[in-house]
Amino acid sequence: MDNAIAATHHGDLHDEHEHVHLPQHRHHFETEEQQREAASFGMWLFLLTEIMFFGGLFMAYLLYRNWYNPAFVAASHTLSIKLGAINTGILITSGFFMAMAVWAAETRQREKLVAFLGLTNVAGIAFLVVKYFEYAEKWHDSHVPGLRFSIADFAHLGVDMAQKTQIYYSLYFAMTGMHALHMIIGIVLIFWYMVRANRGEFTEGYVAPIENFGLYWHFVDIVWIFLFPLLYLIDLGAK
Amino acid sequence: MSTIVSLPDQSTAALPKRNYINNEHGLLSWLLTGDHKRIGMLYLLSITAFFFLGGAFAGLVRLELLTPAGDLLAADTYNKMFTMHGIVMIFLFLVPSVPATLGNFFIPIMIGAKDLAFPRINLLSWYLYMAGGVFTLSALVLGGVDTGWTFTTPLSTHYLNTHVVTTGLAIFIAGFSSIFTGLNFIVTIHRMRAPGMTWFRMPLFVWSNYAASILMVLGTPVLAIAVVLVALERTVGIGVFDPARGGDPLLFQHLFWFYSHPAVYIMILPGMGVISEVIATFSRKRPFGYTAVAFSSVAIAVFGFFVWEHHMFIMGVSNYSALVFSLLTMLVAVPSAIKIFNWSATLYKGSITFETPMLYAFGFIGLFTIGGLTGVFLGSLGMDIHLTETYFIVAHFHFVMVGGMLMAFLAGVHFWWPKMTGRMYPESISKLAAVTTFIGFILTFFPQFILGYLGMPRRYHAYPADYQVLNVLSTAGATVLGVGYLLPIIYLAWSLKYGEIAGSNPWQATGLEWQLQSPPLTENFTEIPYVDHEAYDFEWLAHKQKQEVTTVG
Repeated sequence: MDNAIAATHHGDLHDEHEHVHLPQHRHHFETEEQQREAASFGMWLFLLTEIMFFGGLFMAYLLYRNWYNPAFVAASHTLSIKLGAINTGILITSGFFMAMAVWAAETRQREKLVAFLGLTNVAGIAFLVVKYFEYAEKWHDSHVPGLRFSIADFAHLGVDMAQKTQIYYSLYFAMTGMHALHMIIGIVLIFWYMVRANRGEFTEGYVAPIENFGLYWHFVDIVWIFLFPLLYLIDLGAK
Repeated sequence: MSTIVSLPDQSTAALPKRNYINNEHGLLSWLLTGDHKRIGMLYLLSITAFFFLGGAFAGLVRLELLTPAGDLLAADTYNKMFTMHGIVMIFLFLVPSVPATLGNFFIPIMIGAKDLAFPRINLLSWYLYMAGGVFTLSALVLGGVDTGWTFTTPLSTHYLNTHVVTTGLAIFIAGFSSIFTGLNFIVTIHRMRAPGMTWFRMPLFVWSNYAASILMVLGTPVLAIAVVLVALERTVGIGVFDPARGGDPLLFQHLFWFYSHPAVYIMILPGMGVISEVIATFSRKRPFGYTAVAFSSVAIAVFGFFVWEHHMFIMGVSNYSALVFSLLTMLVAVPSAIKIFNWSATLYKGSITFETPMLYAFGFIGLFTIGGLTGVFLGSLGMDIHLTETYFIVAHFHFVMVGGMLMAFLAGVHFWWPKMTGRMYPESISKLAAVTTFIGFILTFFPQFILGYLGMPRRYHAYPADYQVLNVLSTAGATVLGVGYLLPIIYLAWSLKYGEIAGSNPWQATGLEWQLQSPPLTENFTEIPYVDHEAYDFEWLAHKQKQEVTTVG
């Protein structure tokens, strides 16, 4: 897609260390190192935009938690800490597999790379399955604002405050839903990377996509590492 | 007048045989291109189309306001018209205008790179932009949206049966286009500068786009999440902003203006960069206080994130926070003033010539100064309470964004047109267009300051008869302004075929881009240059020309 690559490539541009170019080297970059650095920098910037994106939701959580503390305490007690903890474990494991996948790419071990990407994906899918059961439970309990909601479980708070639990669940679904959406995107990408890794694309020294995807996957993990205590654990000791 | 500039250089009778335009042929070679220059041209074409679409809505709004009675458009149609005008102009014209067209085209060349860091993401951002545009248009065709461009909740989530979700989706998608453009620029400027191109040798245009990119990358995602929440509230009924469920509509305003105030600087900063280039070139002087101008761009970007609440002074925020935000708002005037002072100081004792881009630049300085100063009025708490939601606001932001940004955009297009196309446009008619635009602009928007001060509210399709004279003036001005905008389309299109050959450096400018052939090669530089001078080294240029060093191509 980069036009005139052939026309622009003069060996004399790389006079110092003339070496064989990887097919993935794009010729508007002077060196492969520059390309790798640019890709990594771009990924960090993208993650910065993701932080700002989730930041809006965290801002809303902070505000409403402050205002409607009793509703938030009561509603957070209805979440299953067990399922949340299992999912945290699953996600940390997937993060470990992802890190191993990056290692495998960097040490040029094709089969291990494919295997670790596969394991990462299995963990990712397992996370979503658990999430599905959690959502189903919320549906069953009529805790889904807008679609199926009843304040019956929170009557002891008084009608006014009980209504405010809707805000908690709205944020719960918005935040975990946005997180799950990021997981789904990641899982689709992993399948694509597995196909390419199987062709040996990332084990010849061109590791930037795997490294950068690793950053993405860890970012998604970290978002959950914030969500789990904020949504599930924070009111553990509260009445 | 100086005699240094000789216009145009016709030493070569034809365009260069090989350039980025004729390097490949066919529609697909454009639609699948990774070349930043071609993508810049795609943007230029599509952005211009959306500009005239947004202008058509403005025309209808002005026509309606010709008479006090709301007789031309029904109230809800009128609401849809000004909403579409706002959405199209802001998200599809002003935000991408200079960065996506001129920035895309020239930033890599100015820093000595062969392309942006991520050419495919660059192309993707054009497609996202077009998708955003198509969604906006489909909302219009399906029946329109009448929330105003601010989507204020709970009006947008509960009370209007129009296509808020479709339009929100359009803005979400167009927002990603903006994020990717900003991301691409930042990475390119950090990682792809040619050897010797230090930060303080970069053209000010690059600096200002860098600052705008920071705003795009940090601000746009916040708008994105706000729009997502509005869409979720409308469709499935979650209650983050809904007061009936304890949600807070003010939270929406905070999230919305956290982006949308900095968005003003996304719009204006790249324009300021254009003005710096034009002023330096046509007064043949290094910009006075180069470093201060460069840093003032970054300062505007930083301060820009701390002023959003001044949009909410009358909406029930606390007096204390209103006071703090009033002060912070006025702080932005400092770096803006640094720019104006430094441009004036650059002009002082410069060898000034009045080419078309320079006329637009003068228009920019005059109009932006008025727009900026009235911004200080609005930042002052007491004045704001009197003037907000009146035509004073409308006049203020049109002075900043149309008088500022659009003038800068036109200055930039005229300045770099010879480089982009290899041809000159007819000089006398282009000067006429610049003057027409300026007069039309003043006539359109100055009466609105008075209207607003007298108390005419914005967003009403009928008004008391007392206000009619000023409204007629304003509508008449809009007609003149329309002519001023149509003229460039005609003569620039004409110049593509019949314009004189421009040669590589018709303005005797110093930037790297002017050392290349016009139009440039696909790969910009056959050999990456070593940069040993600042972007505005006119002595270096004179020396170079004396030596008659042949340029690339």
